[in-house]
Amino acid sequence: MARPMKRALGETPAAWAFVLPATLLILGLSLLPMVWSLLLSFTDSDLVTSGRWVGMDNYERLLDDPAFRQSIRNTLIFTALYVPGSAGLGLLIAMALNRPRTKLIGIYRTCVIVPFVVSPAATGVLFAFICDARFGVANRILSAFGIPRQGFLEDPNTALYTLTGIGLWGGTGFCVIIFLAALQDIPPSLVEAARIDGAGRWNIFRHVTLPSVRPVTTFVVIWQSLVAMQLFDLVYATTRGGPLGSTAVVVYFIYNQAFKVFDAGYGAAAAYVLAVVLLALGGVRYLLTRARRRFA
Amino acid sequence: MKTAEEVRSGTSPSRTVAAPSRPRRRIDWSHVGLAPLALLFVLPLLWEVLASFMADAQINKYPPALVPDGIHLDGYRYVFTNTDFPRWFLNSVLVSLVSVVSNLVLCSLAAYGFARLRFRGSGVLFGLLVATIIIPFQLTMIPTFILMKNLGLADSLGALILPNLVSVFGVYLLRQFFLALPRDIEEAAIIDGCGRLQVLVRIVLPLARPALATLAALTFLTSWNDLTWPLIAISTDDNYTLQLGLTTFAGQHHTIWSAVMAGNVITTLPVLIVFLLTQRTFIQSLTSTAVKG
Repeated sequence: MARPMKRALGETPAAWAFVLPATLLILGLSLLPMVWSLLLSFTDSDLVTSGRWVGMDNYERLLDDPAFRQSIRNTLIFTALYVPGSAGLGLLIAMALNRPRTKLIGIYRTCVIVPFVVSPAATGVLFAFICDARFGVANRILSAFGIPRQGFLEDPNTALYTLTGIGLWGGTGFCVIIFLAALQDIPPSLVEAARIDGAGRWNIFRHVTLPSVRPVTTFVVIWQSLVAMQLFDLVYATTRGGPLGSTAVVVYFIYNQAFKVFDAGYGAAAAYVLAVVLLALGGVRYLLTRARRRFA
Repeated sequence: MKTAEEVRSGTSPSRTVAAPSRPRRRIDWSHVGLAPLALLFVLPLLWEVLASFMADAQINKYPPALVPDGIHLDGYRYVFTNTDFPRWFLNSVLVSLVSVVSNLVLCSLAAYGFARLRFRGSGVLFGLLVATIIIPFQLTMIPTFILMKNLGLADSLGALILPNLVSVFGVYLLRQFFLALPRDIEEAAIIDGCGRLQVLVRIVLPLARPALATLAALTFLTSWNDLTWPLIAISTDDNYTLQLGLTTFAGQHHTIWSAVMAGNVITTLPVLIVFLLTQRTFIQSLTSTAVKG
């Protein structure tokens, strides 16, 4: 079968004209800064001047910086609550929404997903209002159940948990979208067969639904972990790391070092520590999808 | 027996088979669980809209009022006369629109190059581009800021636009779509003397409208909703985007919540409209990239 297309070399200049603008922009704004950032992390740059070479000093400083350690702790707590929370709620809600013949189901689905497209900044400002310790409507609702007033974002003991709740409101919709697609891919005959064999709701969930959504669950858990560890906008829009550093997460630490106290080299070092963890998670995901492709 | 079972279980794949045997006036109890659930997710947004139409005297007391006693436009009036929200709105529109248009153009060109044109190193280069997806933003933000300053773009809308001109995701998405299109028409057009660019513009792009719509919607949402980069790159009020303006304004004016909520409505409404208009393609693109990964 002879293709009338011109052969390889004849098209090379034209091909480069097509791909070059995008390629230069993408590589110039990702690979270049990535290497630059590494070099920066070995200097004491103050964002304006390039600074002196200080070797591993920045990384050693990170090791016994209580503020960095606290930011890691806050990030881990948020991640440990947000990831299972959003994935678990996402699966449950997707199961509840997976009944295509119910009336209004499209509207319910839209309602659940809508918060996901609202920006973290707008979400943060909205919930700072709702959770306002003095006039907020959240306290009014709690008082209806006889629960005493809470400080929410203004109390160092509750701020991080309030933030997690706000994150779940905005982030669960994504998990619902993904799980719903996976649930709709389960052949109805499979559920039917299990039912005929006498399986109850719980057994169908355990032996049909869960195994069917397992690959997608891996994706959701890793994706949500990446999202959780990169938390920033929501923190900036609500607490700016306070009160008493109780919501200062790792990215907030990086932002603060690089752009507030102008310790850019130090901020770059912290960014590299975070990036190694994120890249490792990305690598795990890659290996898992490859393994799944091979054995499926 | 079997059809009754299918109807009850609600798992019958075919609507037409099951519908006639279904009793007409049965109450569907699932609404009892689903309606409050849906409400839980939209209630905060409804509250935002309600509060934006309240007088501050209604909001700043305990317990706060739950329904406005009439429609007050104080919040909106304040936002439009005493703040730079109109300007921030225009800035956001400008930055987002330029990003969308440039993504459509540059991603289409690159995707077509990688999908249809053969040149040495094409596979390696495309692989390299896709690999950059995993580089987290925190790693690049500090040098990118320095780069923008060196380019003379510091504290300008240009600094917001330049990093968003093109996205790897867009190139990847469109390339997948182009690869799935039949080659026959394109080849016929080339025999008739069409250039590559003409083929792309006249034949491929019209066929790729769904993918282009998805890319446009996703680019708009990410660009419109971004806070981190504007926060880093912009320092003058005049060049704020809505997200940056809203957070700054809210941080300074805790007592005029009606105005803060009015600003929030203005900030959020455009993405809600775009989402509701493109919901189907939006959800499909998310699931296909996620599940096929």
